[in-house]
Amino acid sequence: MKTATPARKIDSFLDQEYSAGFETLLEADTLPKGLSEDVIRVISAKKGEPEFLLEWRLEAYRRWLTMTPPKWAAVSFPEIDFQDIVYYSAPKKKDGPKSLDEVDPELLKTFEKLGVPLHERARLAGVAVDAVFDSVSVATTFQKELGQHGIIFCSFSEAVKTHPELVRQYLGTVVPPSDNFYAALNSAVFSDGSFVFIPKGVKCPMELSTYFRINARDTGQFERTLIIAEEGASVSYLEGCTAPMRDENQLHAAVVELIALDDAKIKYSTVQNWYPGDKDGVGGIYNFVTKRGDCRGARSHISWTQVETGSAITWKYPSVILRGDDSVGDFHSVALSNHRQQADTGTKMIHMGRNTKSTILSKGISAGHGSNTFRGLVRIAPKAEGARNYTQCDSLLIGDQCAAHTFPTIEARNPTAHVEHEATTSRIGEDQLFYAMQRGLTAEDAVSMIVNGFCREVFKELPMEFAVEAQNLLGVSLEGSIG
Amino acid sequence: MSAVDTWVSAFHAGSAVQPGADLPWLAALRREALYRFADEGWPTRRHPRWQHTSLAFMDQQDFAANTVAPDAAAALSRLRADNEGHWLVFIGGRFNAGLSAIGALPAGVQLSSLAEALDTQPEAVQAAFGSATDGDSPAALNLALATDGAWLHLPRGVALDAPVHLVFIGGADTASQHLRNLIVAEANSEATLVEHYLGEGEATTLTTATTRLQVAADARITHLKLQQEAEPAIHLASIDAVQGRGAHFASHSLSFGARLARNDIHTRFDGEGCEALLNGLYHLDGRRHVDHHTSINHAQPRGSSREFYRGLLDGNARGVFTGRIIVAKDAQRSDAMQRCDNLLLSRAVEADARPELEIYADDVKCAHGATVGQIDEDSLFYLRTRGLDDTHARQLLTYAFAADALDRIALLPLRKQARAALLARLPGAELLEELL
Repeated sequence: MKTATPARKIDSFLDQEYSAGFETLLEADTLPKGLSEDVIRVISAKKGEPEFLLEWRLEAYRRWLTMTPPKWAAVSFPEIDFQDIVYYSAPKKKDGPKSLDEVDPELLKTFEKLGVPLHERARLAGVAVDAVFDSVSVATTFQKELGQHGIIFCSFSEAVKTHPELVRQYLGTVVPPSDNFYAALNSAVFSDGSFVFIPKGVKCPMELSTYFRINARDTGQFERTLIIAEEGASVSYLEGCTAPMRDENQLHAAVVELIALDDAKIKYSTVQNWYPGDKDGVGGIYNFVTKRGDCRGARSHISWTQVETGSAITWKYPSVILRGDDSVGDFHSVALSNHRQQADTGTKMIHMGRNTKSTILSKGISAGHGSNTFRGLVRIAPKAEGARNYTQCDSLLIGDQCAAHTFPTIEARNPTAHVEHEATTSRIGEDQLFYAMQRGLTAEDAVSMIVNGFCREVFKELPMEFAVEAQNLLGVSLEGSIG
Repeated sequence: MSAVDTWVSAFHAGSAVQPGADLPWLAALRREALYRFADEGWPTRRHPRWQHTSLAFMDQQDFAANTVAPDAAAALSRLRADNEGHWLVFIGGRFNAGLSAIGALPAGVQLSSLAEALDTQPEAVQAAFGSATDGDSPAALNLALATDGAWLHLPRGVALDAPVHLVFIGGADTASQHLRNLIVAEANSEATLVEHYLGEGEATTLTTATTRLQVAADARITHLKLQQEAEPAIHLASIDAVQGRGAHFASHSLSFGARLARNDIHTRFDGEGCEALLNGLYHLDGRRHVDHHTSINHAQPRGSSREFYRGLLDGNARGVFTGRIIVAKDAQRSDAMQRCDNLLLSRAVEADARPELEIYADDVKCAHGATVGQIDEDSLFYLRTRGLDDTHARQLLTYAFAADALDRIALLPLRKQARAALLARLPGAELLEELL
C-alpha cells in the first residue's frame, strides 16, 4: 500500500472545495413532495413491481407510521419533515438505453468527473460498476461476463423483474422492515440499489462496485442493497458515495443486507464522501443507514470496511450476526469529522454460533468543531461456545473544539467467551510533529502523514483503488483544520 | 408495599417523626424529592442509565419486615475484632448510641448521627444536604425518606488517624431503611471512611443509601464500602463526590451481598489537578444482580483518574458495569485510565460492560479496556500438576484474580477485612488461607 507522499502540497487542497460538487442538469421524472400510500403505489407501479413487493412496502409504511425517530445518538439536527421530501426521482428516458452509447452523455460526464471507470476504462480497471443515479440504476457493466459464472449483478429493480423468487426469499430477512424507524421508511419507499447473487462455489472474478450519487434537489436517496453469497461463494463489493453541494440538508436512508451461507465470504467496502456541508455547518447529507450482515452458514465470513469522511451527519452501525458455527465477522472503520460534521458510528457483533470470531478496529478522527462517536455492541449469546472478540477503538483529536466519544457495550452470556476491548484517545503528539518537521516536512504534511499512519491498519483492508482514494479524501477532508 | 403511592403514603405517615421535621427548608426539600419520585417512578430499561437493570418489578415487590432480630452485637464484635477506629452503628436506619463507640476525636472534628447534626447545626447540614434533582428517582426517594445517617465534618488541616466505620444493620421490624451520610472535608484534611452494610434473614428488604462527599482543596478522602446484605435484600446506593483543587478521592466498592445491588458512584473535579481512584470488586452467585454505574467528570484541567473494576460471576448471576469518563472542553492535560475485567465461573452468568469515554478537550490521555473471560486452562493445569485438586486450583485462581482489587486498598487492616469478606464467600477458604 502506498502512503501519502510527504511532498504532496497540502496547501493546494487547503482551499479546495468539495471536488464532487457539481450538478448535472437532466430532465428528471420526479414525484411531488410528500409520502402517502398513494406515493408508494406510484413508485411501485412506475417500477412495474410484482404484487408481493407492493404489499411488503405498504406494510412497512404502516409500521413506519407507528414509529418515532430514534433520539439516542450523540448527534443533533433539526427535526426532519418527512412530508417535505421527494421520494422518487429518475432520469427521464424515452426507452431504456440499449447500451452505454445510448446513455445520456451528460450522465456519463458526471461519472467521468467522479472518475467512475464506467466505459472502456471499466474494462481496463477490471471493475464492474452498477451506477446508481439518484434512484434508478443507469447502466450495469460486465453483466454478461459475470453472467457466465452464474453471478447476478444488477440493479435492484431489475432483479425484482428477473429474479423475483430470490428477492422474495431474501429481502428483509436480515433487516426486517420493523427493525428501526429509518429501515421502515426505506422499506416503504426504496427506489433502487444493487442486487448481487453469487451461486454455490463461485468466486467472483472481479470486484463489484456501485457509485451512488444524490443529484436532484430535495430528494432523499433510499437505496437498498442485497448481497447473497451461496455455499462456498465469495465476493468483494465496493461502494463509493458522493453528492453535489446543496444548502439544504438531504436525507439518505439506505439499507444494506448481506447473507453468507456455508463457507461463503463477503467483503463490503465503503468510501463515503457525501457532501459534508460547508465549514459553518450549512447543508450536507444526513446519512442514516442500516447495514447488517448475516453469517447464516458455518464458516462464513463477512467483513465491513468503511471510510467515512463525508456527510453532515453519519449515523450507521454495520453489524454482523454470527449465526453459523465458526463464522467470522470483521469491522474496520475510519471516521473523520471536521468543521461541524457529526459522526455516530460503530458496529454490533452478535455471536450466536459456536467458535465465532469477531474483530472490531475503529479509528475516529475529530477536527475543527467535529464530533465523533464510536458506539458498539458485542453480545455473546448463551450458546456461543468459545466465542472470541477483540475490539480496539482509537480516537485522534485535532484542535481544542472537537469532541470524541466511545460507547462500547459488552454483553457476555457464555463463560467460554473471550471478549477484549481497548480504547484510547489522544491528540497528535507535539514530539511526533516536531520530529517530522525537523526532517523538513511542513506542519500540514506532518499531520497528514501522522493521520495516515493512524489509519493504516484500516486502509490496508481496502481494495487498492479505494485505499488511494481514501488517503486523498482524508487529506481533503482535513483541510483548514491544521495549524 | 412498593407501588409508588404506597411510598407516598409512607412518607406522609412518617414525615412528622423524621429528624429535622421542624426545619422548613428540609420539609420542602423532602416534599420536592418525593414529588419527583412519584412523578418518575422506578427506573426501567428505557432509562438510558438503567438499560441493564430494571426496577420495574419494584412496583409489585412486597417488602416484609424481618421478624428475626439480627444479632447486631455479635456481628459487630466480629467486625471490630482488632480494628481500631470510630464506630457508628445504625439499626434499621436509626443511630444506636449504645452499640456505637465514637471515641476521642481531634479538636474541631464533628462526627455524629445526621439527626443530631440537624439539631445542633442545621445550616452546615443544609449546605451539604444535596438537592432533589440529584441522581435518578431512587436517589430522590432516599432524600425524601432518609431517617438518619452519619455526619462528618473535618476542619482545615486535620487528619483522622483511625478510620471512621459506619455500620448499617437492617432492623428487626423494618422492611426498608433509608440512609444519608454527609461528609465535609475542608482543605488539607484527611480521613478514611468505611461503610458496612450487613443483614440477615429471609425477608426481602430495601436499603437506599446516599453518601455525599465534599473534598476541598488538597484534602484526601478514602471511602470503602463493604456491602454484605442478606441474600433477598435490595440495595440501591449512590456515592457523590465533588473534589476541589488538588483533592484526592479514593472509592473502593466491594459488593458481595444482596439479590439486587446498584451503586451509582460519581465524582467531579471542580478544581485543577485532582486525583481519583475508583476501585471495585464484586463476587456474585445464585441469582444476584449487581450494577455499578460510575462516572468521573474531569471538569477542570490536569486531573488524573484511575478506575479498576473486577467481577467474579458464578451461578446465575449478572454483573453490570458502566464507567463513564467525561473530559470537559477546557480540561486540558487530563489523564484517565479505566479497566473492567470479568471472570465468568459458570454457564448461566451474564457480564455486561459499558466503558464510555466522552471527550471534549484535545490535550488528553484517555484509555479504557474491558475484558470478559474464564479461568485459564493452562494455569489450572499448572496448579493441578502441583498437586492441587480441581476445586482448590480454581478457588486459588479466582482469588488471585480478585486479589488485584484488594491490593489497591492502602490501609492494611481494611485490606485484611476485605480479604476475609471475600474468602468467606469462596468454598475451601481454609486451604486457601494456608496457601496464601
